[in-house]
Amino acid sequence: MDFQVVVLAGGTSKKLVPLVSKEVPKALLPVANRPVLSYVLEQLELSNIKDLIVVVEGADAALCVGGWISAAYVDRLHVEVATVPEDVGTAGALRAIAHHLTAKDVLVVSGDLVSDVPPGAVTAAHRRHDAVVTAMICSVPVSGLSEAGSSGAKDKTKKPGRYNIIGMDPTKQFLLHIATGAELEKDTRIRKSILRAVGQMDIRADLMDAHMYAFNRSVLQEVLDQKDKFQSLKQDVLPYLVRSQLKSEILINGAPQGQQAKENGNDKVSYRILANASTPSFHELYALGPNGSAPVRRTHKCCVYIASNSKYCVRLNSIQAFMDINRDVIGEANHLSGYNFSAQNNIIHPSAELGSKTTVGPHCMLGEGSQMGDKCSVKRSVIGRHCRIGSNVKVVNSVVMNHVTIGDGCSIQGSVICSNAQLQERVALKDCQVLSLSTSVFLSLSSNEYL
Amino acid sequence: MGAQKKRAAAAAAAARVSEDPDDLARQPLQAILLADSFTTKFRPITLERPKVLLPLVNVPMINYTLAWLEAAGVAEVFVFCCAHSKQVIDYLENSEWFSQPNFTVKTIESHNIISAGDALRLIYEQNVIHGDFVLISGDTVSNMSLTQALQEHKERKKKDNNAVMTMIIKKSKPSPITRQSRLGTDELFMAIDPNTKQLLYYEDKADHSKGTICLDKMLLAENPSISLHNDKQDCYIDICSPEVLSLFTDNFDYQHLRRHFVKGLLLDDIMGYKIFTHEIHSSYAARIDNYRSYDIVSKDIIQRWTYPYVPDVKFCGNRATKLERRGMYRALEIEQSRSAQVGSFTVIGYGTKIGSNSKISDSVIGEGCTIGSNVLIEGSYIWDNVIIEDGCELRHVIVCDGVIMKAGAVLKPGVVLSFKVVIGERFVVPAYSKVSLLQQPTVHDSDEELEYADNSSGTVEFSSIQGTADQSNGEMTSESSEAHKPKLGTGGVGYIWSICEGGQEEEWRHSVAPIPEDKLTELSEAMDDDQELVTQDRTALSTSGELISDSNASEGDDNEDSKDDSVYFEKEVEATFLRAVEENVKVDHVILEVNSLRLSYNMTSADCAGAVFYSMMKLAIKTPHSSASELQQNTANIITTWQKLLKSYLLEIDEEIEIILKFEEMCLESAKEFSPLFARILHILYDKDILQEDAILRWADEKEGADESDKVFVRQSEKFIQWLREASEEED
Repeated sequence: MDFQVVVLAGGTSKKLVPLVSKEVPKALLPVANRPVLSYVLEQLELSNIKDLIVVVEGADAALCVGGWISAAYVDRLHVEVATVPEDVGTAGALRAIAHHLTAKDVLVVSGDLVSDVPPGAVTAAHRRHDAVVTAMICSVPVSGLSEAGSSGAKDKTKKPGRYNIIGMDPTKQFLLHIATGAELEKDTRIRKSILRAVGQMDIRADLMDAHMYAFNRSVLQEVLDQKDKFQSLKQDVLPYLVRSQLKSEILINGAPQGQQAKENGNDKVSYRILANASTPSFHELYALGPNGSAPVRRTHKCCVYIASNSKYCVRLNSIQAFMDINRDVIGEANHLSGYNFSAQNNIIHPSAELGSKTTVGPHCMLGEGSQMGDKCSVKRSVIGRHCRIGSNVKVVNSVVMNHVTIGDGCSIQGSVICSNAQLQERVALKDCQVLSLSTSVFLSLSSNEYL
Repeated sequence: MGAQKKRAAAAAAAARVSEDPDDLARQPLQAILLADSFTTKFRPITLERPKVLLPLVNVPMINYTLAWLEAAGVAEVFVFCCAHSKQVIDYLENSEWFSQPNFTVKTIESHNIISAGDALRLIYEQNVIHGDFVLISGDTVSNMSLTQALQEHKERKKKDNNAVMTMIIKKSKPSPITRQSRLGTDELFMAIDPNTKQLLYYEDKADHSKGTICLDKMLLAENPSISLHNDKQDCYIDICSPEVLSLFTDNFDYQHLRRHFVKGLLLDDIMGYKIFTHEIHSSYAARIDNYRSYDIVSKDIIQRWTYPYVPDVKFCGNRATKLERRGMYRALEIEQSRSAQVGSFTVIGYGTKIGSNSKISDSVIGEGCTIGSNVLIEGSYIWDNVIIEDGCELRHVIVCDGVIMKAGAVLKPGVVLSFKVVIGERFVVPAYSKVSLLQQPTVHDSDEELEYADNSSGTVEFSSIQGTADQSNGEMTSESSEAHKPKLGTGGVGYIWSICEGGQEEEWRHSVAPIPEDKLTELSEAMDDDQELVTQDRTALSTSGELISDSNASEGDDNEDSKDDSVYFEKEVEATFLRAVEENVKVDHVILEVNSLRLSYNMTSADCAGAVFYSMMKLAIKTPHSSASELQQNTANIITTWQKLLKSYLLEIDEEIEIILKFEEMCLESAKEFSPLFARILHILYDKDILQEDAILRWADEKEGADESDKVFVRQSEKFIQWLREASEEED
């Protein structure tokens, strides 16, 4: 396959700020005790894609990520780690590594995607239509905590900001309209010209762009070169390509076209044959002159690959998402975790020690070398490695990372406790994030406080 | 409480529903047939004969509609007649429609009705509709089965009392180049919920200048999935609940069924009435809206899409016709010369004679026509008793009853000859002209919005015209025939209607003639330009710095709006103030007026303070003065007189600072004369207790870090500020 894969692993995302730090960049946040980046890399490996470029923002983060990758995937994957400055945006990151890209098409995946959608399916859809861009879209994740209808769930419904409005043709193959970010707050404007060309457009507000794109490399680079203001693939490059698909500006002006024609002389012919074989898409019909003569207009195709509803596909881009993903990966989407679940539908590492009358419910995970005292109860939670947990502790719907010490009689609900934290006795936490680095807590806290 | 009531109402509704099936079984299906389209698209023909009686493949249109209604199971039809009502009623009385078993046709007549809305209001007053009814106009051809649509409508109605109407739609993609459907109607944009089939958006009469469709954000918030359609055609067959009639009565401004009623319901979310759609796939439904649809529907009938309503099947009012090879229909007693060639998809009516070497193809010839030799007829509609002499050429034209074409006359594509026109020898009628014995009404306005008004004048005019028409029916009045002889060649009778301005280039859109090639190229080029403009706009915007042009553009608009608002507000306040000064209005009243302005423009009291102060200073500068000191004196006077007004807006320090800033701005821009006086006037304001020392000091502090150019006035009042500071320190 003439595909290059770029994984955008980000840096220390501001949105996840209490959880990430210089030592733990976003890509290494644990999901069921594995860095989130490993989920993407393993999906790629499953699709037999072994050459990749991982782009990390910031030198410190790059060191951490690079170190982890070389240790974990030493003879399995051939990974190049590229460092780009912070805050260049996704488009900026691709611009920075442009000289590495040589293949005909480029698959760009966000490093925070936890999904079981095969990347191969996206690349195949891309190739089938000879598209300039193919975006993977998936259903908007079902909001918040499934059972504990706490404030978390309400927040999610209140904040519709993070999904898209997506317009597709009736066959659900072509992307005709996409609105992101601030545009969602406004009335949707659909261009009549494209509607005229296609006849019917299905508009969906319940789908979202999963940030996995296949790009035609030369088109991508041309757009990045010409539009130097473009910062984000999702908010700038993709909408631009979708907008201009019936009046394509790419491959027309200047050198790239000449090159293209020479380079792809053979491709063009085979493409013609392919195009003749299948029924023409509306792009081709639109491109034709008034009496079916040779194409007079330039068009390009923007395609979508819709992940089926049974697939899991969530991005780890907020604290809520972090909690949700951790819950799902050991819960309903447990095939993703790669662990073998016990008969009780949980994972307890053999080296973990449990005190008497301590129960670990289903959909839980207890990491290597962790110890729990007597009469504890753990429900729907992930507990990391080498944690020391006292007696009479309740952990519900929470994520406890590695090397955490929890005193007796604590109650932890819906919270994230980062590595190396220490909780004194009888601390009650509800919907909190506790920062790492040996913070000692001896207070009772509730709802959305950081420490 | 409210919920309980609702539940009770729901229960009552449910109880009613449970009885419903029996009721419905007993309730015969009714229909309202509007025998008037309330438009002028078929003029000049419709000046003499109502549209529903125009022959469509040799059968008056209304027969297709009535035959379909009967077949679809409608028991009672109310035919609403307006223009030429007498002709319609006479026709129906003499037809077999009044003597059908299980199918009653009743006519309702009115003369002062100018729109479909008025017609429905009148029918509501008559109280004849008791249940669901089919609303249709008398120019619709269909063979669809109503059963399923009706069933769906009733089921929806049971579940949701607000589902008042089901619209029938059919797939038909308009040409992207001409932006009109094959029936010649404008392109239609609809948004439909793909699951419930509810209609969410309807836009016909598209505004071509707008390149986008704007869907309200609420719409998407409520419906996660919407299908936008540009590939559907409205069949103008509606299944309505009785509420529709009362809705027309409640909203007396609803005139047009689509433009007012449908859009009104879609926009009005208070009542929550809903419209649904039903798409038909294999059956036929089309409304004849203009000459192009007349042409297309005729062809569809000949090609048997409308079966069983085709010429060789007897349905009502058509004579026995035989179908021959290649879609040729021939009635009885045709005299055709051996050398005449009648081509495919042609209908020849009863008793028509065709001379030698004439060629006819893709045309409909009525009854009793006489066609000479060497005549060429292509894609044309010749009605009854037309005489075409030797060597005439007709391409894509409509020729009404009793027309005489003298030898060698030529009709260019798109010509319409109304009743009994005579075309002189070898005369060439230019393309798209309309010829009638009647003169063009002087108030002819093609503007759709004025159509109603126009139409009313049309009907009035009509009665007066009827007389002349009758006269001309017998024999042409000598003056008219003579005056216009030269226009239609020797022996020609009739007037060529001038195509009204603006309509000229649009004429080809709705004509019977196919759209000429060059027009298409021209249009597709125009389309490219359009596109270019759109993308240019966008790239211009996106390169000029920001990323998503659309949102930014509208944001810019918003900003401008609010800017405009504040400018208007300032002007209003100034006007109010000046009036108050002139008329010696009491201060309290002025405060009231300014307060009401503040509310209507949604401004803060700081804005008011700024605006009032601005007006006062403006007044001071306008009062005649010879020197700076005089100006200062004027200002002091005005401030003294109106200090109460100004003080009523100075609730907090912020507003006082606003005044200083405003003053500064004035000194720099609009009223430079004040700039040397800045410090002194500041002092006056302080003396009058309008500004407190805190405000002045804070203003001075704020300016501390500003640019040098901004500090001019702080410098100027340095001494004063100094003095203030010292004073406050002393107090401490």
